[in-house]
Amino acid sequence: MTFNAVGQKIPKKDAPLKVTGQALYIDDLELPGMLYGKILFSKYPHARILNIDTSKAERLPGVKAVVTAKDFPPNFRIGFMKDNPPLKGNKVLSTRDEIAAVCAISPEIAEEACELIDVDYEVLPGVFDPITAMREDAPILHEELGSNVLKLPWKLVCGDVEKGKSESKYIVEDTFTTQWVTHCCMATSGCIAHFDINNNLTLYSNTQIPSLAQNDFLEALNALGLKNRRVRIIQVTIGGAFGSKLDTYPYEYIAILLALKTRKPVKIVFSRDEEFFATSPRQCTITKISQGCTKEGKLTFREVEMILDNGAYTSWGATTPSVMMMPISSLYRVPNVKYEAKCVYTNNTYCQAMRGYGNPQATFAIESSLDHLAEVSGIDPYDLRMINANQPGEITPQGFKITTCGLKECLEEVAKRLNWREKRGKGGGKRGVGMASLIHVGGGARVYKSDGCGTIIKMDDFGKVDVFTGATDIGQGADTVIAQIVAEELGIPVEDVNVIHNDTDVCPWDVGVHASRTTFVAGNSALYAARKIKARLTEIVSKILEIPQEDVEIRNGIAFSKSDPQKSIPVARAIRRAHFTTGGSMLMAEHFYDPNNENLGKDFKGNLSTAYTYGTHGVEVEVDTETGKVKILKYVAAHDIGRAINPLLLEGQIEGGALMGIGFALSERLIYQNGYLKNGNFLDYKILTVRDAVPVETVIIETDEKEGPYGAKGIGEPGLVPSAPAIANAIYDAIGVRIKDLPITPEKILKALKEKAGTGNKA
Amino acid sequence: MKKEIKFHLNGEEVVAEVEPHWTLLYFLRNVMKLKGTKEGCGYGECGACTVVVDKRAVNACLYPILEVDGKKVITIEGLSKPDGQLHFIQKSFIEEGAVQCGFCTPGMIMSAYALYEEKENPDEEDIKEAIEGNLCRCTGYIKIVQAIKSAKRRQQ
Ligand code: FES
Ligand code: FES
Repeated sequence: MTFNAVGQKIPKKDAPLKVTGQALYIDDLELPGMLYGKILFSKYPHARILNIDTSKAERLPGVKAVVTAKDFPPNFRIGFMKDNPPLKGNKVLSTRDEIAAVCAISPEIAEEACELIDVDYEVLPGVFDPITAMREDAPILHEELGSNVLKLPWKLVCGDVEKGKSESKYIVEDTFTTQWVTHCCMATSGCIAHFDINNNLTLYSNTQIPSLAQNDFLEALNALGLKNRRVRIIQVTIGGAFGSKLDTYPYEYIAILLALKTRKPVKIVFSRDEEFFATSPRQCTITKISQGCTKEGKLTFREVEMILDNGAYTSWGATTPSVMMMPISSLYRVPNVKYEAKCVYTNNTYCQAMRGYGNPQATFAIESSLDHLAEVSGIDPYDLRMINANQPGEITPQGFKITTCGLKECLEEVAKRLNWREKRGKGGGKRGVGMASLIHVGGGARVYKSDGCGTIIKMDDFGKVDVFTGATDIGQGADTVIAQIVAEELGIPVEDVNVIHNDTDVCPWDVGVHASRTTFVAGNSALYAARKIKARLTEIVSKILEIPQEDVEIRNGIAFSKSDPQKSIPVARAIRRAHFTTGGSMLMAEHFYDPNNENLGKDFKGNLSTAYTYGTHGVEVEVDTETGKVKILKYVAAHDIGRAINPLLLEGQIEGGALMGIGFALSERLIYQNGYLKNGNFLDYKILTVRDAVPVETVIIETDEKEGPYGAKGIGEPGLVPSAPAIANAIYDAIGVRIKDLPITPEKILKALKEKAGTGNKA
Repeated sequence: MKKEIKFHLNGEEVVAEVEPHWTLLYFLRNVMKLKGTKEGCGYGECGACTVVVDKRAVNACLYPILEVDGKKVITIEGLSKPDGQLHFIQKSFIEEGAVQCGFCTPGMIMSAYALYEEKENPDEEDIKEAIEGNLCRCTGYIKIVQAIKSAKRRQQ
């Protein structure tokens, strides 16, 4: 099959706006009469609030409103478990707890007013790690729940792990830990809330979930006594998201409350400090994993127990174990699987979704442990992976129906490009190679009851197309990929397709930009809507040209007869003919696409996604045993993505993902001490710079997924999933020490080397 | 106490009354309403606010407004021609796929612009030096470096 628009390296549609500084982000937007909101956060990680005195703040000239918990209805809570009051009145449970908020005519006055609010606290003992929090004598955060362990039933059992153990010739067991890392979107979080005269709300927002957020805010309006109102979400240009905006947050509800009080637009935009301490990072995890294999290297079982630090409140991030189950049950063929996870409240910051949604933490444990198993069984790690690689057509123990699967090809490409056979184990104590793979959802993920996305298309009198999609663009390029799919289907140039994706008043419903689902789900939705338009268009043309409808072809905006190309008419003219006539019609179509995947059952089994994507990353490192520094010499990222709709944007996702994964592996860590963030700035929290950039070699494996739009599967998240274990495995190959705690800092390497030297040869 | 300053902004003379404690970034965004220059941190660590002052890339968030008196300032808004024709670095960023969320982009481009003002044929090391203070969370920098490197091809 040859394509015109699909498969082309087409620059991102909004790039011209962005390179000229014309794209408007939340901080750039100013509305007439707009006020500036500011939040007062807690001084302590755990304390009772005895009194809040806002009188001085209220008297400050320029202050228009001051709000506290009593301005929300008493039982109003937000979040996945409805355990989070947007403003805290009785108790604070973390240093990011919101106590009061003000709005004023300038940000400076708002800030000054916050400082004038006096809060009396009774400090309570805190608990700052999940293990301590599970002890009998630990202070309970949410007293009404009676326990710090969340009542979430994360447990998956497939086959019989005990039987698997008995069939094993080799078994390894290890414990791995991962740290808090944060999204570090280059634009900080923020919103503008505005009520019209009828009490309908417009929220200018960065959200990744416009339709779900609309629902959340409608609930809030209801709670505030505004029944039956409308909520309109207008997304501004989003300056990075990576999962951080997959929920609604206290600051948004606070902005809404302030806007309601003042009847003015109220903007809250976080400072970089606030962005670090008051947004939700990736969960840190403690993972005990054991797996085994037969003499021939066939995996026999995998058993995983995990503890996650949930922080003080519960967002959607507490459901990451449901995604961790995916690699645990279905990365490589393993017949017997058991997984249990506990999310535990602590007085730390509460966690949320971040690119990969738990998959990177789980894959770090699985793939590191697999290398350990390879060593114990004397099988080369690459061979062990090939022996157990997933294959097309299989159904995994969790019930995933694997349609296309290019895992073997990915492994082979990585081994070839790394020169695996020549290099593995031969790095002279300095250099090493390692690899790790991933599975991720690539055909949507039925997390909610609907995994759908709607599209409306209209074609105007000039042959130009407007596509109104539920999809959200967070920089990944949904705007462009959707335009390419529509252009391909309609036979028109990509630049003739305008994609509108930012306004719930005009765009149809979509569950959100998560789970790497947008190309697949929104792409299919757009494709089917375009097909409907095309059917109408070819019908019109067939009448005008007096040829059968099947004989009509459209290319480059011209419709013609396939059998007699002399017969032709520009698409625009054909449309006008159909329009400007008695009883005329316009070309419009809609489609709601909901993939045929399943919600996981009570036992967490089911075909979560319509397609799954695979990949393998391979790394060659050089470790300086004097300084402990790790240098990445080569980085190969091979991904089965079904079909590359836009290789340019695809590479961008993989390169950016890989670098974020390398940061997760080697340098990034939020340091919390007794509930206080110690390194909340770009100096001390090390996201990678161009100096650390690695020439990621992207290998695209096309497996042509039948259900995908033009064969495509998702790729937003996979790029960072296997980075950390691939690097850890390469380090082990280089220097014989396995670091089981991320990030792998030079200090940890030196310490491990020292221990190794001290204890003979045991790593 | 406000003070008067006079300087060139994107080729036009500006005379303004400013508060001495203002930064150049504050002035650009809040007084001139030029929103193309971004604030990513406000303390000199991200480069999103990069503008060019007398041919040098600076962090506008740290640059005292009084110091621009008599100088020439170029911001992202000043790069393309009035007829909309893009600067070759802008074109290169578009074509090489160096733009994702785009928040770092104006700062990156201004750093690259200052580099080209200084050197006609920058090599990879020059490029890295020029943008080492510009953080990008989306791209992994590969396409950004590529865009700056290949920009000279687009220079007519
Ligand atoms: S805003 Fe100036 S360096 Fe970050
Ligand atoms: S493109 Fe998003 S920060 Fe660079």
